[in-house]
Amino acid sequence: MPRNRQNQGLYPGHMNKIYEKFAEKLFLLSAILSISVTILIFGFMLILGLPFIREGNFFNLFTQPWSPHQGLYGIYPMIIGTMSVSLLSIVFAFPLSLGCASLISVLGPKGFSRFFRKVVQFMTGVPTVIYGFIGIFLLVPIIREIFQGGSGMCILSASLMLTVLVSPTMILFFIDSFDQVPKTFINAIDALGGSKVQKLLYVMLPNAWRGILSGLILGLGRAFGDTLIALMIAGNAIKTPGSVLDSARTLTSHIALVIASDYESMEFKSIYACGISLYIFTTITVLCVRFLRTGPKGVTK
Amino acid sequence: MNIRNFIVGITMAFLTLSATTNVRADALDIFKNEKGIIKIAGGTAHIPVVKEAAKRIINFNPDIQISIAGGGSGVGIKQAGEGLVDIGNSGRMPSESEIKRYNLKVFKWAIDGVGIIVNPKNNVKTLSKIQVIDIFSGKINNWQILGGKNKEINVYTRNEASGTRAVFWKKALNKGKITSKANFVVSNGAMKSAISQDPYSIGYVSAGHIDKSVAPIAVDHVLPTLDNVKKGSYKIVRGLYSNTKGDPSGLIKKFIDYLLTPECQEIVRTKGFIPVI
Repeated sequence: MPRNRQNQGLYPGHMNKIYEKFAEKLFLLSAILSISVTILIFGFMLILGLPFIREGNFFNLFTQPWSPHQGLYGIYPMIIGTMSVSLLSIVFAFPLSLGCASLISVLGPKGFSRFFRKVVQFMTGVPTVIYGFIGIFLLVPIIREIFQGGSGMCILSASLMLTVLVSPTMILFFIDSFDQVPKTFINAIDALGGSKVQKLLYVMLPNAWRGILSGLILGLGRAFGDTLIALMIAGNAIKTPGSVLDSARTLTSHIALVIASDYESMEFKSIYACGISLYIFTTITVLCVRFLRTGPKGVTK
Repeated sequence: MNIRNFIVGITMAFLTLSATTNVRADALDIFKNEKGIIKIAGGTAHIPVVKEAAKRIINFNPDIQISIAGGGSGVGIKQAGEGLVDIGNSGRMPSESEIKRYNLKVFKWAIDGVGIIVNPKNNVKTLSKIQVIDIFSGKINNWQILGGKNKEINVYTRNEASGTRAVFWKKALNKGKITSKANFVVSNGAMKSAISQDPYSIGYVSAGHIDKSVAPIAVDHVLPTLDNVKKGSYKIVRGLYSNTKGDPSGLIKKFIDYLLTPECQEIVRTKGFIPVI
C-alpha cells in the first residue's frame, strides 16, 4: 500500500514511515494478543486444575484407569486412544495425500488437476458432523461385517473417517509446497528431458519436504484435536484398547462426555488435568517438528 | 447433542411457520396474550412429550418461542441451576446437594420405565436379572450362552450425565459394575439408533423410546410395557422431572402447569409414559 501512495505523489516520505510504524505496531499487537490468548488458556486450565493437582493426583493420571466410583480418575486409556486414533489416521492419510497432491501438481493432465483441486478445496469445508454420520451409517456396519467381531465402533473406523477429514488439509498444504519449488529448477529438468515422475522424485519432493512435514504436523494436529468423529464412531469405551478393532475413547471425547457431570465433582475437575495434558502433548509434537526442521544446530534444512 | 438441538430448532421453526388455527384451545387458554421465549434442556427421555407440548403451544400462540435441547439429566440440572435455561429436565430426582445448592424446584410429570433393548434380529427375548447383571459387568460376553448366535456381546451404555444410566445402574444392576469395554452414547435417541444398527448389541433406553427398530428384553419374563410399569410388575422405573431455579413464574410457570393438565398428560400417555394424574 505505501508504494502506491508514493507513486501517486500524494504523501511525502515521512508519512510512509508513519504508516510503516503504525502497521508494525498493529501487527505486533495482534501477535502479542494471539500469544497471550494461548498462554492465558494454559494458565486458566492450570488454575482450575489446581485442586486436582494439589492432591497429588496429577502424575497418577497417566498410569491409572478411569473408574470414578473407585476414586480413580486416570486418563491412561484415553491417551492411548488419542495416540492410536490420530497416528493411525495419519498413517492412512499421509500416502493418500502425498499421492493426490503429486497427481494434482505434477502427474495429472491440466483439466483433471484443476477439477480435482476444486473437489479437494470443497472437501475442506465439509463439517465434521457429516463425516460422523457417514461413519456411523456406512463405515461402521462395513467394518463390523468384514471383521466379524465387536461393534464396528473402533479405532480403525474412527481413524479411517479421520483420514477423510484431515486429507484435504494435507493435500492443499502439499500442493502449496510443491508450488513453491523454484520455476528455474522445473525448467531445468524439463530442458534435460526428464519425465514427470523424475521431476516429482528428484526435484519436487527433495525441495518441498519441509512444507510436506509442516502439512503432516498440521494434519496430525487436526486429528489430535478432533472431537466429534471419535465421539461418534470410536465407541468411547474406557478400557485401554488392545487392538485397532477395540472401542476406544480419545482425550477430546472424554472431555466432551465428562463435562456434563457435576461442577463440584472430582470427575469434572479432572478434565482440566486432561486439557493440560492435551495441551502439553500438542506442544511437544510441534516442538519436535521444529527441531526436526531446523536440525540439531539450528541450521535450517 | 448439537444435531439434536439443530433438528429440534428446525422443527420448531417449521411448526411456527405452519401454525394452524384449528387447535383445541381449552387447556391452552392460559397461553393467550403471552409472549416470550422458553429455553428447555436436559433429559433426552423427555423430548417426545416436551416437543409435542411445545408444538401445541406454538400452534396456539405463535408469539411464544420454545427451544428444546438434549444433553442428559446432569446437563439439565446444571443448566437450570446456573440460569442458562428456564427449565432443566432430568430423568432422575436431583440429589439433595443439587437441590440445596441451586435452590431447585422439582416437578414430576410422568413415570417411565427403563427398558433393556437388543437388535430385532437377535433371537434372545428374555433374560433373568442375574443374567442382565452378568452381561453388563462383562461376565457373560457371548450370545451363545443365552441361546443366541456365537457372537460377542456389544454392551452399550450412557455417559455420566444420563439419568437413565443412573436409574438403570441402581435398579437393574444393583449398583454393580459396567464393563469397561462398553461403548458410550450420549442420548436415548443415539442409544436406539446404535442398537438398531448393531445386530449383537445390548443397551437400555427410556421405555417411551422403544419402537419397532429395537426389541425389548423381558427381565424375569416381564416386558417393559406401559401396562407392566403401571401394574408395578416391571421394576426398573423412574419419574420424569422438570426443574426450575426457585419457584417458576409467568410463562415458565404456565408451561409447567400445562405439563400437568389432563390434555398434556394425554400426550404423556400416547408417547408411551405413565401419566401422574
